[in-house]
Amino acid sequence: MTSASIKPNAEHIIPTLHPVFAERSSFRADSVCGELWDILDQVCDPELPGLTLWDLGVLQDVQLSNDASNNQQITVVITPTYSGCPAVDAMSEDAIKALNNAGFNQVKVAVTLAPAWSTDMISPNGKKQLRALSIAPPNEHDHVDCPVCGSGETEVLSQFGSTACKAMYRCQSCSEVFDYFKNL
Amino acid sequence: MIDTFVIQEQKPLYRFILALADDSLTLSHRLAEWCSNGPYLEEDIALSNVALDYIGRARMFYQYATKLEDKGRTEDDLAYLRNEREFTNLLIHELPKGDFAFTMVRQFFVDVFYNLYLEELLKSRDENVVAIAAKSIKETRYHLKRSKPWIRQLAEGTEESRQRILNALIELKDFVGELFEMPAWEQELCDAGIAPDRSNLQQPWDDYVQKFLAISEIEYHDTVLRIRGGRDGIHTEHLGHMLCDMQFLQRSHPNMQW
Repeated sequence: MTSASIKPNAEHIIPTLHPVFAERSSFRADSVCGELWDILDQVCDPELPGLTLWDLGVLQDVQLSNDASNNQQITVVITPTYSGCPAVDAMSEDAIKALNNAGFNQVKVAVTLAPAWSTDMISPNGKKQLRALSIAPPNEHDHVDCPVCGSGETEVLSQFGSTACKAMYRCQSCSEVFDYFKNL
Repeated sequence: MIDTFVIQEQKPLYRFILALADDSLTLSHRLAEWCSNGPYLEEDIALSNVALDYIGRARMFYQYATKLEDKGRTEDDLAYLRNEREFTNLLIHELPKGDFAFTMVRQFFVDVFYNLYLEELLKSRDENVVAIAAKSIKETRYHLKRSKPWIRQLAEGTEESRQRILNALIELKDFVGELFEMPAWEQELCDAGIAPDRSNLQQPWDDYVQKFLAISEIEYHDTVLRIRGGRDGIHTEHLGHMLCDMQFLQRSHPNMQW
């Protein structure tokens, strides 16, 4: 065996951010209204407690503008996960409420389709939160590990789970039935 | 005849977007009819989720259509307050759900079609259309991943399940040709770089479907145009009944909100 044959294994690879998420992060960091993004970090997916709109990749932009009478107007730009996602209305209301509670009254929500949401937009923290909710986070190769015992021996039960964004799996090691957040 | 006249007076882009919206809405309704009637719980949920994807797609197209029309009508007005002759969906989408084999064969057919079609729609010069296509194609790829194994499972299952697949293929075959038809107004949009040329997709569709069905030792013929009319507002007898059901609430309680 020569030294050239050393293969990287999980321990040797430096964890890096997904380019899509890295771009999102720097976009947010460059925003002129960072405090508004921070306020919106209180807003979670109505069905995934603890998973914020930012972590889920739904929150795309926060824009400040002045209306005709020179009042400050905030526009929160979100993108739906799936085109029929029924949670969009609740998310919009919650975003407006959070900003209203912080003293910002002129708030509206714009829903954008482009760029189309993908699971690459989910933050590393979001994936951690999914695991904490016993939901397997999306995996590029659809290689699904059990979120409860970590076993890679899992089988698909149904390609759709409790919502459009999830599939239903069973762990062959611990028998737990769990949701997998589908890679999109 | 008045309603047909209305359709012909529409501007091509509006007509195109509305037609794509109607395709999605009618199919979505047929899939949603399985809700609580699925063969088992997981499948029930799966079909309802596919229906949800299609209703989302319909909403995106209707919302764009209302912007193009610019007469203050809402997406709900377009979905719930137009009559049968004003709907311009292609007929395959409106056919009753039938048995599970029929639903899955229809789904397989349209999944193959939309995988080809949306790929082409992504090249449109209309950015709104591209955004909707980009959103939808990811969902449609997943649908095909789910409908393919079902076709094989039923076709290679029991004698009964195979027979039902064969029956569904016969019942559906005459409605496939319309998917590839290019009326003059759509051709106009195609020349302008907005709409894909459907007629180019027939060969790849035939190849894909024939090759896939051959795995289960089913011979499938080349597509021939036999029944048409959807884009002109001329439907099978089934759409009117479907609209009675779908539009009942909004017609009985105008402006009612969920």
